[in-house]
Amino acid sequence: MLIRRAPDIAPSEITDYRLYLNRRSFLIGMAALVLTPPGPAAAAAPPAGEPLPARRNEQFTLEDPLTSFENITMYNNFWEFGPNKDDPSRLAHLLKPRPWTVQIDGHVARPRRYDVEELMRLFPLEERIYRLRCVEGWSMVIPWIGYPLASLIKRVEPTSKARFVEFTTLHDPVQFPGQRKSLLSLSSLDWPYVEGLRLDEALHPLTLLTFGLYGQVLPNQDGAPIRVVVPWKYGFKSAKSIVRIRFVSEQPKTTWEKAAPREYGFFSNVNPDVNHPRWSQATERRIGEFRRRKTLMLNGYADQVASLYAGMDLRRDF
Amino acid sequence: MSGRARIVLKSVVWGIASSPLLLLLYRFLTDGLGANPISYATNLLGDTTLRLLLAGLALTPLRILFGISWQMSLRRLLGLFAFFYACLHFTVWIAVDHFFEWGELIPDIIKRPYITVGMFALTLLMPLAATSTSGMIKRLGGQNWRWLHRLVYLIGLLGVLHYLWLAKKGVNDPYLYAAILAALLGIRLWDWVRRKAWWGLLRYGFVAAIR
Repeated sequence: MLIRRAPDIAPSEITDYRLYLNRRSFLIGMAALVLTPPGPAAAAAPPAGEPLPARRNEQFTLEDPLTSFENITMYNNFWEFGPNKDDPSRLAHLLKPRPWTVQIDGHVARPRRYDVEELMRLFPLEERIYRLRCVEGWSMVIPWIGYPLASLIKRVEPTSKARFVEFTTLHDPVQFPGQRKSLLSLSSLDWPYVEGLRLDEALHPLTLLTFGLYGQVLPNQDGAPIRVVVPWKYGFKSAKSIVRIRFVSEQPKTTWEKAAPREYGFFSNVNPDVNHPRWSQATERRIGEFRRRKTLMLNGYADQVASLYAGMDLRRDF
Repeated sequence: MSGRARIVLKSVVWGIASSPLLLLLYRFLTDGLGANPISYATNLLGDTTLRLLLAGLALTPLRILFGISWQMSLRRLLGLFAFFYACLHFTVWIAVDHFFEWGELIPDIIKRPYITVGMFALTLLMPLAATSTSGMIKRLGGQNWRWLHRLVYLIGLLGVLHYLWLAKKGVNDPYLYAAILAALLGIRLWDWVRRKAWWGLLRYGFVAAIR
């Protein structure tokens, strides 16, 4: 068996981006000349969206090669569209990410409703390469575009009563078919989707308020037009398509906690030593790789965020 | 049913039952398995196993409800295909997904209920597959063989439980499979009960009482 060593340089860094996106259709075209396979052609990568310029922040890059744009946009968990990995990309066109407003309220001195266009221009956008570890045991490496959530939080001035930040995702069964009720929806989450962070987690410099990826505005299936990215937590903690950011004094009751309290804790930090009750979290499959790899403590960000949890029992507060 | 009709029927079932595997091979060869090929293959093979098991369990209810019996000759074919897909599902999990890491796999089989019941179901399928030939039916004797093969009800339950226990909230398919299995076993139960003498007496008494 050949075991492929990961290349040091991502193909995307060498090849022109557009050509890189089309590499599969190129290969398939070559193969088609020889084989002319029957049946439908392989699904093509989604078209490139509106460009979103941002400078790469060299403090937040990784050695790991980037996951392809195609995989980042065609293999998604976004229950609002449906529970299958291809539901979000298939149904993404139903979501209208503009016009879009975000209500910021709760215990803040300057509550306000922001238009997402304005929000996007409040602070300089930067590109950061983060690992993303899904609670299901797969992972990606994604070049996100955004700015630290801390910048926005400081601007709206939380009061001393604010101890947690609660994120609410759009609730609209027209745009999100996964939120529709039918006779056959025997198992369903409580909508709207609610996530939360402790204020110090939300203020951590790694926590990114995100508007784009791979040099363009967020594709709908990745949480357009605005989401958070909290790279040391399992993916579901990073709320997508946010319409409300509320500062509260009590720990928010999050959607997955309500769905299965034994399985999804409020913190849900990536931790290879604390297993999901139904499966091991010791290893993960990096999308695009063949062999599983060991999951890193706090998804490899332990030296930056472990201090947030000093003195806490991470088995109890999972 | 004529010999020719039986050949046509079995060929059609062969075609349908092998199509998921052919689809998998085609997608493998054309790089169409998606971002997480191993997970895709595992899920497709597991899904197919359950569908074939349920299809096999649907033959007797069809006879009970509609009095037709031409479909009964498909039991062995569907059962063996279900066993075949269960083996592939297991092989992909052990060999491709976890690369024979027994140090991780054995604790998982013991600690994770969904894996335990899945393994149990596969183990129970083995004696059924081994005794599926006409020679084995003769050797065991019809009555013993029938008793042994009633294990398939338990296997169906374990298979659906395996899926129910691994799925996350919001995933509907396992509940759909559970509902279908409940209907298929329920029809058998109803048929069994109504053919009992005490049931007739009970019903007679009940009707007399409400009059």
